[in-house]
Amino acid sequence: MSDIDEGLRSELQRQGIWVTSMQELYNWGRKNSIWPLQFGLACCAIEMIATAASRYDIARFGGEVFRPSPRQADLMIVAGTVTKKMAPQIVRLYNQMPDPKYVISMGACAISGGPFKQGYNVLKGIDRYIPVDVYIPGCPPRPEALLHAFMELQRKIDEQKLTGAGKAEHLDPDQPSEFPVPAFGGHDLEPAANADIFRPMKMERNQ
Amino acid sequence: MTPHPYFFVIIFIGVALVFPVIPLGLAWMWRRFFQPPKPGMEKNATYECGVESLGEAQIQFRSQYYLYAIIFLIFDVEAVFLVPFAVAFTGLPIGAFVAILVFLVLLLEGLVWAWGKGCLNWAR
Repeated sequence: MSDIDEGLRSELQRQGIWVTSMQELYNWGRKNSIWPLQFGLACCAIEMIATAASRYDIARFGGEVFRPSPRQADLMIVAGTVTKKMAPQIVRLYNQMPDPKYVISMGACAISGGPFKQGYNVLKGIDRYIPVDVYIPGCPPRPEALLHAFMELQRKIDEQKLTGAGKAEHLDPDQPSEFPVPAFGGHDLEPAANADIFRPMKMERNQ
Repeated sequence: MTPHPYFFVIIFIGVALVFPVIPLGLAWMWRRFFQPPKPGMEKNATYECGVESLGEAQIQFRSQYYLYAIIFLIFDVEAVFLVPFAVAFTGLPIGAFVAILVFLVLLLEGLVWAWGKGCLNWAR
């Protein structure tokens, strides 16, 4: 998969010859038909529904086919508050999706627990258990924000590599496809986070 | 020379076979050369709603529900047959009248039986 010189490429394109690579073709096809998993958890789901409906129309980006089965879905939009009761089901659904799969963490609750962060029953971010590709802040984020996240995800897919050291996770046999499902413990989910993928940001304060 | 009228059907069958085989073959080659399979316990699970399945899939209804079946027949299914019977009543031959009468008598027997058993009393 040798890279063609960009200048030569645009010169060829001007003459009506379109040059592409397997990787570009593959990513182009994938990024323009992302099928989301059809499920909503809280008020963010209403915004997700609005995004799918005619006014905002996620079909313009190839994401209109909301699948009710994880077997047919490429994208999981975690839209809303993830309670600790619900978290194992989310992780299990993610595990049941076929590779390649992506996650958009929509809204403050899915990112960090949001306004319910101090509560006893709300998970403080779905990225504790599954790898998240795009985060959208907001409470709830507007449909435009979800569309923006969708476009960011498309950009991310477009940059994924087929071969080499930094190739996409689903093409790497060493990368896991399933993640451990947390169990209900005495006081909290056990484990409280998947240490392999959860890397909380460190806040550095100036003393 | 005009082609045989079924010639197009043969072309159609050929296209219908080749058209799905090409993407399936491409997908197979993709899996073979690029994408490693990653099966797992949950990915291969039968149930796909995020909830763990438990118990048996084959269940039996309790036989005590026969009471509901009888009363449903008397008060619901009977009406479905009575309305067309009443509409077509004047033009019916005697055989059809006797047949519907037998049907009614059978259901009436069920009604009397359910009444006698006390199934129609309000629970206090």
